[in-house]
Amino acid sequence: MKLYTRTLSDLKEMLVEERVKLDDIYESISYRVKNVEPLVKAYVNQNEEIDLDELDEKDYEDTYLKGLPIAIKDNMSTENLKTTCSSKMLEDYVPPYNATVVNKIKEAGGIITGKTNMDEFAMGSSTENSAFNPTVNPWGKNRVPGGSSGGSAAAVAAGMAPVALGSDTGGSIRQPASFCGVVGLKPTYGAVSRYGLVAFASSLDQIGPLARNVDDIALMMNVIAGNDEKDSTCVDRTYPDFTEYLKNDVEGYKIGIPNQYFEMDIDDEVKESVMNAVKQLEKAGAKVEKVDVTGAEYALAAYYIIATAEASSNLARYDGVRYGLRAEDANNLNDMFTETRQQGFGEEVKRRIMLGTYVLSAGYYDDYYLKAQKVRTLIKNDFDELFEEYDLIVSPTTPTTAFEIGEKRDPLEMYAADIFTVPVNIAGIPAISVPCGFDNKGLPIGIQLMGPHFKEEKLIQAAYSLEKILDLDIDYPDLEMEV
Amino acid sequence: MDNKFETVIGLEVHVQLDTDSKIFCSCSTEFGKEPNTNTCPVCLGLPGTLPVLNKKAVDYLVMTGLALNCDIASYSKFDRKNYFYPDLPKAYQISQYDLPLAKDGYIEVETEEGTHKIGITRIHLEEDAGKLIHEGSIDKSSGSLVDYNRTGVPLAEIVSEPDIRTPAQAREYLNYLKKTLEYLGVSDCNMEEGSLRCDANISLRPRGQEQFGTKVELKNMNSFKAIEKALAYEQKRQRKLIDNTDEIIQETRTWDEDKNKTISMRGKEEANDYRYFPEPDLVPLEINENWAEEIRERLPEMPSVRKNRFIKEYEIPEYDADVLTDSRELADLFEECVTEYNDPKEVSNWIMGEFLRLVNEEKMEVGDTKITGQLLGKMLKMMDEDVISSKIAKTVFEEMFHTGKDPEKIVEEKGLKQISDEDKLETIVENIIEENPDAVEDIKNGKDKAIGYLVGQVMKETKGKANPQMVNQMFRDKISEL
Ligand SMILES: [Zn+2]
Repeated sequence: MKLYTRTLSDLKEMLVEERVKLDDIYESISYRVKNVEPLVKAYVNQNEEIDLDELDEKDYEDTYLKGLPIAIKDNMSTENLKTTCSSKMLEDYVPPYNATVVNKIKEAGGIITGKTNMDEFAMGSSTENSAFNPTVNPWGKNRVPGGSSGGSAAAVAAGMAPVALGSDTGGSIRQPASFCGVVGLKPTYGAVSRYGLVAFASSLDQIGPLARNVDDIALMMNVIAGNDEKDSTCVDRTYPDFTEYLKNDVEGYKIGIPNQYFEMDIDDEVKESVMNAVKQLEKAGAKVEKVDVTGAEYALAAYYIIATAEASSNLARYDGVRYGLRAEDANNLNDMFTETRQQGFGEEVKRRIMLGTYVLSAGYYDDYYLKAQKVRTLIKNDFDELFEEYDLIVSPTTPTTAFEIGEKRDPLEMYAADIFTVPVNIAGIPAISVPCGFDNKGLPIGIQLMGPHFKEEKLIQAAYSLEKILDLDIDYPDLEMEV
Repeated sequence: MDNKFETVIGLEVHVQLDTDSKIFCSCSTEFGKEPNTNTCPVCLGLPGTLPVLNKKAVDYLVMTGLALNCDIASYSKFDRKNYFYPDLPKAYQISQYDLPLAKDGYIEVETEEGTHKIGITRIHLEEDAGKLIHEGSIDKSSGSLVDYNRTGVPLAEIVSEPDIRTPAQAREYLNYLKKTLEYLGVSDCNMEEGSLRCDANISLRPRGQEQFGTKVELKNMNSFKAIEKALAYEQKRQRKLIDNTDEIIQETRTWDEDKNKTISMRGKEEANDYRYFPEPDLVPLEINENWAEEIRERLPEMPSVRKNRFIKEYEIPEYDADVLTDSRELADLFEECVTEYNDPKEVSNWIMGEFLRLVNEEKMEVGDTKITGQLLGKMLKMMDEDVISSKIAKTVFEEMFHTGKDPEKIVEEKGLKQISDEDKLETIVENIIEENPDAVEDIKNGKDKAIGYLVGQVMKETKGKANPQMVNQMFRDKISEL
């Protein structure tokens, strides 16, 4: 029995019914990791402290997650476990505290098995910007897994972890989920605590789960959603039991298909696959209508202004004074700052810091930052209006399937991969990416379902229905052959 | 006074708000702790941490705003002020840029020329930075250490309008501010411990001209006196430059206390671009009517109001009222005592006299003494009841001041009770008469003054415990019988 192929929900059930022992699960996953990690390189660090011999099932019997393994992106603070953000700047940084989501996982009886690779400080769409090494898409060894949560998506897709947490600032959960053939949810801004998530763009960042099916997304949302007094932007409200929405029922759902999105440059196969999925939903009783959205053409520009502005400030603290890298033999204070940042940051991070510094500078603020904020309001209002009438807005998650490693050299070309995902972050709404097919190269295609603020349960129910209707029965990429 | 030129001064005051914990985390704000012990991941700005606003700091700022006649913003927000410095762990300071919590206030100070109104432009809330510590002297030191204990202590930045016209007014303004903040209990305003810091802007312009002259910023003054001195120096320096038709350079100058002069810090100041933008980690601050009203109701009586009430209600001289309301604690002590002992002038005399004498002598703060109004009232009653003499009272008072003991207990323990027993005094009085025949003779010849001398001898003999009126009478009776 290949336990590593099972979902978190399956494993949980098997443990409850005592059909399997926790040891067996860990053994199977370790075996898988040993076999495929050298090829996929999804992890930055594995948690060496888990002592499998001492893993006592009894300790976890009454917990929600039953001692099951969870991988998390390496930008979530873990006490006594390196948190590098895949940057040289934090290569040896060991935080003295846990992120709120980490504490929640631990309290729920989950075990953090490792920290996954990412684009440096979550800046990128391919995980090629990791300062350590790129991660490989399990579905094609010359393909990127997407990013920035590429390590989390690849680990889940390759069977190295049943579920993983990622973070999504402009599509960083959904795009890699789509590229790797897994499910990825970006919750509403304020649904999951950001405390301990190393900030890229504070007003856009949100933590969310990646998994091999929607059941596991619901399960993980039950663990991580909720208010946190340590995060003022977290919203104080009660959340439903998301697993109660795992129902194959889209009867009466009103779905909007944005004209402007489908007029953009999209691969034919992607368009076809997404439209097929929409048709299936319609067949199942959903009402589908074309809708107009405003501001779509400005969304990307606004996103890159707001995100880089906040990033330029958030990343200023890496100055070599207190922790992380410090440039040796600097002559004076300013040299130390400059040299440290010169050596510690990669190209893309530097590019965004410069861009962000520029747009906030005196004389440019009004033209860039302020204007971008206006676009943001426009897009947000537009979505609010749409959701008065529609339950969901649907689009492809990305315009293409996974591209080749090293293929996109021009940053702007790379940024365009986020065209369908960034409006969601700008509006702060939740969205989920679900696999909906494969292209002729055998690469997964994802469909994005967007919903109103704090209506994750709606997304979960629709995504679950779609999963059941399409019944893709995604097998595992046959990686072991290639090792 | 300069008839040709008018001095224009504006002050920027930073005051540490006396909350128990820091503005964005739960670390203690206590002063003088081991370096870097009052710190946590949040105030150290570790990756991933987020600020959570301390409501108490907001309360304190609103109190300050109300006391300084400001409008309280129903909607305000925090912004990031970005700059690199080792004492600033996030490389940005969370401050307020375009929407401060309080604005458009004023205060009135009494000057020789009468009441002068000074506008308050704005008061905003922000976090303090850490402190650099150099090993040895700054130019010879090979490195610096940073203490982050102060990082995140709440600060109120109070910016005045350029309404101050003389260095003395500047000092008056600061005194008023300090007194007000102390009354509110929102800051101890201790310049030595850095809980109050002040920068000044000063420029000169021809009288009658509306446009401001070139201003100079003054920094590094460590006392109110130093601020007054630095402003006076700068006023003179700028006037001289004008007389010599030399150019006044817009610059920052630092006050050198030893040399008693201001020194240019940098030739031409580089324009700092702080790239302010709204702090995305905090939600905007909304102060509804109820909140502000609740705070307004809790505001203590302000010094000038209290002073006028003292004059009216207790019928004490203006001078007394002024001294007594100089600090909230002193005024509280006075009122507490008056409820116990209803002779306001007598109470005032004791507080202004013995009490403040001891406070000054011992270099103590009013609040650190053990005296309470109740104790003092009880002692004054004992004087009235002839239990102790006024001379003994001073001894009792000093003991109470240090120990806070009950005056009855002190009198008992030290055997200070007044001797009013005729039998006990008779022998002493007879002995003194015998020992001082000359004085007795004088009295017989009508020189009444000599009685005082005899009474003094008895007091000496009894270590002040004899009842002087009684002794006086006994002398008169005995000598007339002779
Ligand atoms: Zn702290």
